[in-house]
Amino acid sequence: MPSYVIVEKCDGCKGQDKTACMYICPNDLMVLDKERMKAYNRDPQMCWECMCCVKICPQQAMDVRGYADFMPLGGSATPLRGSEDIMWTVKFRDGSIKRFKFPTRTTPEGSADPLAGFATHDDINSNALATEPASLKLDAVPTI
Amino acid sequence: MANFETVEVNTDLLILGGGMSACGAATEAAYWAKKNNLKVTLVDKAAMDRSGAVAMGLSAINQYIGVAVGDNTIEDYVRYVRQDLMGISREDLVYNIARHVDSTVHMFEKWGLKIWIDENGKYVREGRWQIMINGESYKILVAEAAKNAMAEVGGEIFERVFIVDPIMDGDKCVGAVGFSTREEKFYVFKAKAVITALGGAVHVFRPKSVGEGFGRSWYPPFNSGSSAYLTLKAGAEMTCQEVRFIPVRFKDAYGPVGAWFLLFKSRAISAEGGEYMAVRKDELNNWAPYGLAKPIPANLRNYLGMLDVDEGLGPLYMETNEAIQKLASEYKDDKKAFKKKMKELESEAWEDFLDMTISQAILWASQNVKPEESHSEISACEPYFIGSHSGASGAWVSGPEDLDTPYKWGYENMTTVEGLFAVGDASGASSHKFSSGSNTEGRIAGKAAIKYILEKGAEPNVDMAKVEEMKKCILKPMELYDAHKDETTDPEVNTHYIMPRQFLHRLQKIMDEYAGGVTAAFKTSKALLERGLELMAFLKEDADKQAADNLHDLMRVWENIQRMWIAESHIRTMLFREETRWPGYYFRADTPKMDEENWKCFANCRWNPGTGEWEMMKRDVWNIPGV
Ligand SMILES: Cc1cc2nc3c(=O)[nH]c(=O)nc-3n(C[C@H](O)[C@H](O)[C@H](O)COP(=O)(O)OP(=O)(O)OC[C@H]3O[C@@H](n4cnc5c(N)ncnc54)[C@H](O)[C@@H]3O)c2cc1C
Ligand code: SF4
Ligand code: SF4
Repeated sequence: MPSYVIVEKCDGCKGQDKTACMYICPNDLMVLDKERMKAYNRDPQMCWECMCCVKICPQQAMDVRGYADFMPLGGSATPLRGSEDIMWTVKFRDGSIKRFKFPTRTTPEGSADPLAGFATHDDINSNALATEPASLKLDAVPTI
Repeated sequence: MANFETVEVNTDLLILGGGMSACGAATEAAYWAKKNNLKVTLVDKAAMDRSGAVAMGLSAINQYIGVAVGDNTIEDYVRYVRQDLMGISREDLVYNIARHVDSTVHMFEKWGLKIWIDENGKYVREGRWQIMINGESYKILVAEAAKNAMAEVGGEIFERVFIVDPIMDGDKCVGAVGFSTREEKFYVFKAKAVITALGGAVHVFRPKSVGEGFGRSWYPPFNSGSSAYLTLKAGAEMTCQEVRFIPVRFKDAYGPVGAWFLLFKSRAISAEGGEYMAVRKDELNNWAPYGLAKPIPANLRNYLGMLDVDEGLGPLYMETNEAIQKLASEYKDDKKAFKKKMKELESEAWEDFLDMTISQAILWASQNVKPEESHSEISACEPYFIGSHSGASGAWVSGPEDLDTPYKWGYENMTTVEGLFAVGDASGASSHKFSSGSNTEGRIAGKAAIKYILEKGAEPNVDMAKVEEMKKCILKPMELYDAHKDETTDPEVNTHYIMPRQFLHRLQKIMDEYAGGVTAAFKTSKALLERGLELMAFLKEDADKQAADNLHDLMRVWENIQRMWIAESHIRTMLFREETRWPGYYFRADTPKMDEENWKCFANCRWNPGTGEWEMMKRDVWNIPGV
């Protein structure tokens, strides 16, 4: 199956109402089996392999095994996401490994200011959006 | 369903969707709402942090004009879109998005998006219009700004609520209904204005992989045509419903090729080594004037590759190794610099996948592909409906107020239905807005919708008896399942109902075989389309015989019905347009040529809610004078 849960590592997010994987999956695939207290992907055929679940799981209990109908076994790409960058370990079928690290954001989490610090105006009838023309870095909104 | 509670939510502005365009709408609308004491409500079927097409991130922003730094003019962009869409585009809308898009990108950067900067302090260009980003958290950032904006104005956000139908008061849209996918709740949102930002449509056509890889579409399988369904059901006029998009991507995992073509300057070749863009150059004469101008439209580039495949020259390959070696060869005399450059290129190549199509990285790893050592197969994906990218389907919306456009009947981005706005993949004929332009269009509509509310907004008049009927109809699949599931030993096979997955397969089979899908090599004809409509009529009759045993399946049922509606509008519009204008997206084999005299126009359609009939019409193409 595309995304999968490692039995040993999953703690069912400690039985909270909303597990992290259920919360995030954009396709509503992750479910918590309340008896076993383990999550599972209810419809692997609908999985986009976007790894949103893998990145968010606090126990690192999730991973993706490439779609069996066209991927040979043995390859994987495993993320480790921090608050400002992400580390990837790419494992090849032949055993070789590559590691990459990329930045994810330049500001502290949660800090995005909707107006981004640009000057605003009050005229709803003008052709300028709230932060324009300042955010355009022009003197006025272009028109024909 | 007796135990489904009905929850009523009253608001001034209702934003449907939580993707790139909805976030733009929320950010801008919140600002104007606060000044005027209005309420804004947003509804997403997923979690805004990772919902929609940008869920996994992106590695480029595809629309940045760079006006302030003198890179391009807005008119340049209008010409580019006109050319890429074979002459058919709403230039007023394209202009409007383009003149605001740079500001959106500047805001993204402030929010914390890492945009690549060159040694002169300028954004690194991938191609003429694209800029490179480290965009793993792109959606999180854009959602964060939207959520912060909503919090400031006391707006409400509903996640995991699936929107089904519009609520109408005569010809006016006054809200929408949907249900929670987490608890037994039916939602009734009443609003003075509604913005539709529910994304495009995937899984209308049968995908190439039908096993586990069924979900590996290039665009996300969770965008199910909710936008088109909602605007159609409201009675809005639609445009370009024939203009689907077929991307050519790395085969099977559908990894992006943009960086390879534009940044790494890679060539694509047939198995025999011929570069189809060069070998088949003469074919472009048949599609003049667009075939002869630069850049060559995406559909024509696809088409030349497809001609190779038709003639048995496949597979097609991207010459990744050649491209990387060539780029690094500049440093070949300096061993250390060469090694460093190779490492940098390798990292950029992998990041392109890891930031937006992780499957492709897994596929390369599982096939031991190292791009600097060997080339990789590319191929055409199945068709998708995405008005924000290189397709053009969507609602026909009103143009900008300060431009002298002939397409003006209401507020910016308002559909032909009063009070209903459409943005991103939901609005048509304004292609190539991508992530940044979609967010921008959301901002434009967010402001326009507030202005509409201030000037015209009346208390929504909702007929609750009608809403009760809608609730019954929407929840029926669960009743059907409960009523009959115990009659057979396998509840999946039953004479009273079908399960949503099988319904989906039936829709996809019709579309694939009759409407020019993958197995039909993207070809169709009048006779095939008419037969497709006959089969579609049966499918429509069976649509309310779908069964659901839980809330997740109930969502699947309604996603299918939404797909079915966009599918029908697609077939009808391909049937209406008696020419082939976008070979490489689809080919009408019975009218194989472009017909500028009769068909250089928009093919629009409307489902008439009063009669239940489809209406087809032509609309003139207007060019911005002097552009
Ligand atoms: C693989 C890929 C690569 C791309 N590459 C680039 C690129 O490099 N650069 C670039 O600029 N752009 C790129 N794009 C395009 C860009 O992602 C889209 O143009 C943009 O996301 C469209 O915005 P939208 O708001 O219309 O739709 P989306 O962002 O898809 O949002 C749709 C929203 O609607 C919600 N929704 C859907 N149905 C319902 C329903 N029934 N009820 C409630 N909510 C619902 C979804 O959960 C989601 O929140 C790419 C897209 C993909 C998929
Ligand atoms: S997020 Fe991880 S730990 Fe929590 S339920 Fe899901 S798989 Fe288990
Ligand atoms: S990989 Fe994506 S689509 Fe698949 S289960 Fe995880 S979050 Fe959902």
